[in-house]
Amino acid sequence: MLHVLLIIFLISLFYLSIANRMSTYVNVLAFQGILLFFVAFMELKNINTLNLILILLETIIFKSLAVPLFLNYVLKRNHITREAEPFVPNFLSLIITTVIVIVTILLSDLMKEGSFDKMFFVVALSTLFTGLYFIASRRKIITHVMGYLIIENGVFILSLAVGSEMPMLVNLGIMLDIFASVLILGIFLNKIGDVFKDIDVDQLSNLKDY
Amino acid sequence: MILIYLLSVLLIGTLLFFNRGKVLNYPLVCLFLFVQCAFTVYACLHYNESSSHYFTFDSLGIIMLCTATVISIPASYYSYIYVEDSQVKPDSKAIYWGAFTLLIAAVSASFLANHIAVMWIFTEITTLSASALIYHHRNKLALEGTWKYVFICAVSITFVYIGILFLSLSMEGAGSTDLSYKNLLANSSLIDPLWLRFAFLFVFTGFTAKLGLFPMFTAGVDAKDKAPGPAAALFSSIVMCMGFVGIFRTYILVANTSLHHWASLVVGIAAFLSLFIAAVYMIKVKNIKRMMAYSSVEHMGLVMLGIAAGGIGYYAAILHIVLHSFVKSSLFFQYNQLYKTFGTKDIYQMGNYFKYNTTGAIVILLAVISVTAMPPSGLFVSELLIFRSLFEANHLIVLIVVLLLLTLIIWSQAKNFFKILYSPVVGFDETNVPRIPSHRSAFQFVLLAGAAYLGLNPPAIFVEMINDCIRYLP
Repeated sequence: MLHVLLIIFLISLFYLSIANRMSTYVNVLAFQGILLFFVAFMELKNINTLNLILILLETIIFKSLAVPLFLNYVLKRNHITREAEPFVPNFLSLIITTVIVIVTILLSDLMKEGSFDKMFFVVALSTLFTGLYFIASRRKIITHVMGYLIIENGVFILSLAVGSEMPMLVNLGIMLDIFASVLILGIFLNKIGDVFKDIDVDQLSNLKDY
Repeated sequence: MILIYLLSVLLIGTLLFFNRGKVLNYPLVCLFLFVQCAFTVYACLHYNESSSHYFTFDSLGIIMLCTATVISIPASYYSYIYVEDSQVKPDSKAIYWGAFTLLIAAVSASFLANHIAVMWIFTEITTLSASALIYHHRNKLALEGTWKYVFICAVSITFVYIGILFLSLSMEGAGSTDLSYKNLLANSSLIDPLWLRFAFLFVFTGFTAKLGLFPMFTAGVDAKDKAPGPAAALFSSIVMCMGFVGIFRTYILVANTSLHHWASLVVGIAAFLSLFIAAVYMIKVKNIKRMMAYSSVEHMGLVMLGIAAGGIGYYAAILHIVLHSFVKSSLFFQYNQLYKTFGTKDIYQMGNYFKYNTTGAIVILLAVISVTAMPPSGLFVSELLIFRSLFEANHLIVLIVVLLLLTLIIWSQAKNFFKILYSPVVGFDETNVPRIPSHRSAFQFVLLAGAAYLGLNPPAIFVEMINDCIRYLP
């Protein structure tokens, strides 16, 4: 069951790579938050109530309610166009995402068999690199932020894999997630929306050397 | 003790943040400096002792802490001048001082952290406080600089976190979950090399955003360009030291495993590319502040080349980063006087600085000699030692290419700075040039002299402590 959830997570990445509309991105991010909750719930068997509440807060409340609502608000308020406007065609994005997944599977073959579940490793690393690829290939600032949120999801999966032995690291990861997302989303996306009306990275090219 | 220090700085920072009046503001800053100095003295007196379980006053920590404290005093003085001159609103002033104290305290604590996760937490706090300092001017360009800095630092902090996760996986074979540097080093023979390889790659890439090294150097350059001069001085000195401490402590661990050669190769490639990038950009750059920022990238490249070469290079790297902190912060402090005189950052619209501000011009002359590592400066010694380590490690081709790149860098720096000092600008309106009192440059002379003294005639205790930092390296 755990593996099914993780594979659904992987499929959601493929879906993201061919998605066209901004609202699809937001919905997939919310869906990933719910998936992460179930993964966390099943993987961390012997955790105390406090940790469970923290994880619930992080995945359900934060990842699949607060962040998508806020992103929708930003999209509406700044009249951002509905298209994602990638630099590369969707078909190519799909191929690149597939290549990323294959490479991580090959990489996981290097590992010795141990207590560590390889599935987590594959899904986490491919999520991480897909997020980086989204940042590099999309034009809008808000899609960069979404790429960052995808990276965070990947990191959360990786921390769950270690988390059974070290709950402290999971908590640290949650702290990082909330801290950085609030800093990026709350303060700057808001401010940037006020100052630059149409949020496009092309407008952020005034700081240069000559 | 460190908890008392952190709590009191937090209290002072909060008070500075909520206080909008002038009467209480500067006594609070003085109180912060007193706490910082007192804590440094306490740390020196309790050399090699632990505090609050997660902090140790070891040699590397104390050297860096002393550097940070020495730089924080002039930084507060020049921040005072800057904030009073720039006529900003009281609330931005309050945010500036709050973030300023928080940044110095977070950096100081991260120097002393003996646990990689604790170090990581304080790195995160520096991102927060640094972004508040960069956004001081509340305009479009400042927002762009802040956005880039926050975004790249957020990604790099995530990378460090992934590195920590991999590190904990690599410790599975050792049967221990304690990630303090001491325990990691003690179990270095039991660590799984594959996971350690991943861990080092991610931790190294993550900390390069703070160190200003390839591949994450861009964030630091934009930040130094948009931040106020005294804050930029902190970014190019103590924040870079923090990135160095983060990488160095992990490098010590990796160097004690079978991955030593591989790790030095990774560090060496990143260092060489940083030097190359710095050389290419410095030839073309027109903005004086960005030129100084790229010069920092160049020096960090040299520091990491020393680490990659090994041998005497380890000693030289630590010496170089300390001396560079003094010299570069002095140059950034002087930058504010330069901007006040000419009202621009464009090198082509500055000139004949000796005529308008003689003391400041002498500072720039001495700082250029120091920063290009010409013989009377302390950096000359450390750079020579780095070259010697490259020579001894039989990296002759690398050494020759590095020397060629440095020639380009020295040429472009000398060309631009001497233009500012000597050649007059056509059509420059002299009537509105403000007079800058010469006593304002005093701290800059002190920092430059300190760098020369530490480089040419290092006190025995300083040498001993640097040798103590590198005693675990093979």
